[in-house]
Amino acid sequence: MNALDRREFCRLLGGGIVVLISTPPAELFGQQQPRPYPEDPNAYLRIDENGRITLYSGKVEMGQGINTSLSQMAAEELGVSFDAIDIVMGDTDLVPFDQGTWGSRTTRFFGPAVRAASAEARTVLVKLAAEKLGVPREQLAIANGVVSGGGKSITYGELAKGKTIARLVGEKAVLRAVKDFKVIGKPVKRVDARDKVTGRAVFAGDIRRPGMLYARVLRPPMHGATRKSVDTSKAKAMQGVIVVEKEDLVAVLHPDPEIAAKALAGVASAWDRPEAKFDNESIYDYFVQNVPAPEAKGQFQSTYRTAYVAHAPMETHTAVAEMKDGKLTAWIGTQSPFGARTRIARTLGLDETSVRVITPFIGGGFGGKSPIGQGVEAARLAQITGKPVMVMWTRAEEFFFDTFGPAAVVRVTSSMDDQGKITQLHHDVWAAGTRSAESPYDVADAKVTPYMGRGTPGASLHPFATGAWRAPGAGTNVFARESQIDIMAAAAKIDPLELRLRNAKGDRLRRVLKAAADALGWKAAPGPSGQGRAIAVGDDAGTLCALAAEVAVDRRTGAIRVKRVVAAQDMGLVINPEGAKMQMEGCINMGLGYVLSEELRFNGGEILDGNLTTYELPRFSHVPRIETILIRNDDHPPQGGGEPAIVPMGAAIANAVFDATGVRLFQLPMTPKRVLAGLAATKS
Amino acid sequence: MKRMIRFRLNGRPASVDTDDDRMLLWVVRGDLALTGTKFGCGLGICGACTVAIDGAAVRSCQTPLSAVEGKNLVTIEGLEKDGKLHPLQQAFIDHGALQCGFCTSGMIMNAYALLQAQKKPPRNAIIETMDDNLCRCGAHQRIVAAIEEASK
Repeated sequence: MNALDRREFCRLLGGGIVVLISTPPAELFGQQQPRPYPEDPNAYLRIDENGRITLYSGKVEMGQGINTSLSQMAAEELGVSFDAIDIVMGDTDLVPFDQGTWGSRTTRFFGPAVRAASAEARTVLVKLAAEKLGVPREQLAIANGVVSGGGKSITYGELAKGKTIARLVGEKAVLRAVKDFKVIGKPVKRVDARDKVTGRAVFAGDIRRPGMLYARVLRPPMHGATRKSVDTSKAKAMQGVIVVEKEDLVAVLHPDPEIAAKALAGVASAWDRPEAKFDNESIYDYFVQNVPAPEAKGQFQSTYRTAYVAHAPMETHTAVAEMKDGKLTAWIGTQSPFGARTRIARTLGLDETSVRVITPFIGGGFGGKSPIGQGVEAARLAQITGKPVMVMWTRAEEFFFDTFGPAAVVRVTSSMDDQGKITQLHHDVWAAGTRSAESPYDVADAKVTPYMGRGTPGASLHPFATGAWRAPGAGTNVFARESQIDIMAAAAKIDPLELRLRNAKGDRLRRVLKAAADALGWKAAPGPSGQGRAIAVGDDAGTLCALAAEVAVDRRTGAIRVKRVVAAQDMGLVINPEGAKMQMEGCINMGLGYVLSEELRFNGGEILDGNLTTYELPRFSHVPRIETILIRNDDHPPQGGGEPAIVPMGAAIANAVFDATGVRLFQLPMTPKRVLAGLAATKS
Repeated sequence: MKRMIRFRLNGRPASVDTDDDRMLLWVVRGDLALTGTKFGCGLGICGACTVAIDGAAVRSCQTPLSAVEGKNLVTIEGLEKDGKLHPLQQAFIDHGALQCGFCTSGMIMNAYALLQAQKKPPRNAIIETMDDNLCRCGAHQRIVAAIEEASK
């Protein structure tokens, strides 16, 4: 963008001082970034003449608390109080490009951009102050948005007044040192808390546009079904109902969502249903038979299985779209506003500049709100009807169109010498990714091999769409590996914590293991010790997290009660310790689900769990006592926080069940039925 | 049947002239423009749509409008008085008892009804009452702590 464009853009935002960025900011921090943030016509930061600072973020807020932590980073580098920052997120007309909010990447990769832009703004402001006050730069100090020195002072607001300055970060911004931090590293309450406890926070479903229609879309009875016929005459006869039939899209619309639902119930359709090849029991054999692996040899070999899991965010996929003067505006609860813009523009045959995606608060994402089917549907219907349209998926639609966390099979083949040194760790994974499969242990013969079934006709092994589910694949891989570690420890009669410490690669790993074990009150003993306690560790998103857990197993019912979980995490420099702990607790609570109760049931393309009645999420009565420990490591750059603590949950609980009962469970979720089967098999 | 339904809404007289068998959730979110009450499942399972009728928690997605006739309906928007938050709202903020915030209105309204019925509920009563309200972000123990704090 040339200087003129920049000035024009600056005026569009309302003047003041606007900071754009040119150098890949990740370089400032030595972070590895697969694709740097490009120079973008949009600003990172604006200072207005009231001294208010607006931070522009392509990242979005779905509960993870980054609106708070990003504001902390900006406040720190600018030298203003935390309350002086406003944040605009996920509005494609206003914010810099971003690929999407996933992978615990915000703090690691967007954080450096925010800090660099803020540090650059501070430099500009000090320079302006020096000119205005007639005091040399080096004599000026900044506190709370006031520049002072030589007996004089001036506020950021006064400096920005009447200015239209667009600045690029051209040189290495000088960042504040950790020892000088006033805002970063301090526990801060969520900036959105007040709006969320009063009902004022706006989600996509809360958008209201004049003349807005609620749409309900005709759905197939199962994945893979093809429509033979459709009869919309009953719906057409209903007063005020608009019926859309275009290509694959059959929808009914009305200003009242309940009437739209009634109209849809009156639509008759017939479908060709493909034969079911497998269900939630037989899918695992299908994976392994479909993509055969060579035989593996080692002292220990175990096969682990994990089920398909739903994201089940409390807010179903929702979008509102409105077409006005050739421009489409869509309010979408999405983790990928720019991806949504591209897809909507392509589908509607519009230029990307004619599509604006605005992201309100998102009622939970966990990876499931990256696909934007509901946004495309709303946009198509707005284009066809010429009216604003809301698409709010029902819970059944949410379960049907979810991109489920994939079921998977993992085979671990391992060996150990008589000193308790792990010599071999071969990790073969079917149908899920390899994330976190590489172990944090020092093993000479370590190997990870994925068997995805891709590149062959039929590509995916899965009967329906799968996708990223909070730390995709990592929970599966670490469940398998960390269970295997305990199997080896028990065989060699070594305390499982001791075996991990003996094989640990690096001090960061040892520290989290020891911290979690100490806080739990670890009593060393080979398993099964009867204590019902265990430890497991994951290495994910640059963060190390150890979970020590304590369980009780009801031998009559097979129910596992998780009594305590202690989490110790090294995530490098912590921006908001309060927010980081909330994420760790959230991971542990959500983790109870895929570990103990969540398992999507299906028969071929037919989803048998259509609501939360049969798909069992964690509840208040399931929640253990949770303690969280953040290991101080300020010299290490900030790492991911949204996912790491969910990763070791499977193994922490499975290992604790083994320690309590001597029963080893190889499949998640560990339902009472599977526990009882395990107990029965051990007895005989 | 289309008719005038009168009731008290967040302490003030209110009326709507509409079909009385419509579900309260959609009347509240639509006709009354109070969007703090959320749709989560449509079957009364998740609790995101919880409101209070005469102090008792109900699932508004399963409750016809006729049920509020002559009664006192309180939604999340009715808890704040003259800019002062209800103790439950303040405690939810102080304890960080929310993340995405989508279940929060229902959580607070369910707890509000509990505290109407029982001034200082023991922890197990809180857990039992809240057990049918789902939170996917996992703020559970902070929610329990916030309710305990607000009941002090």
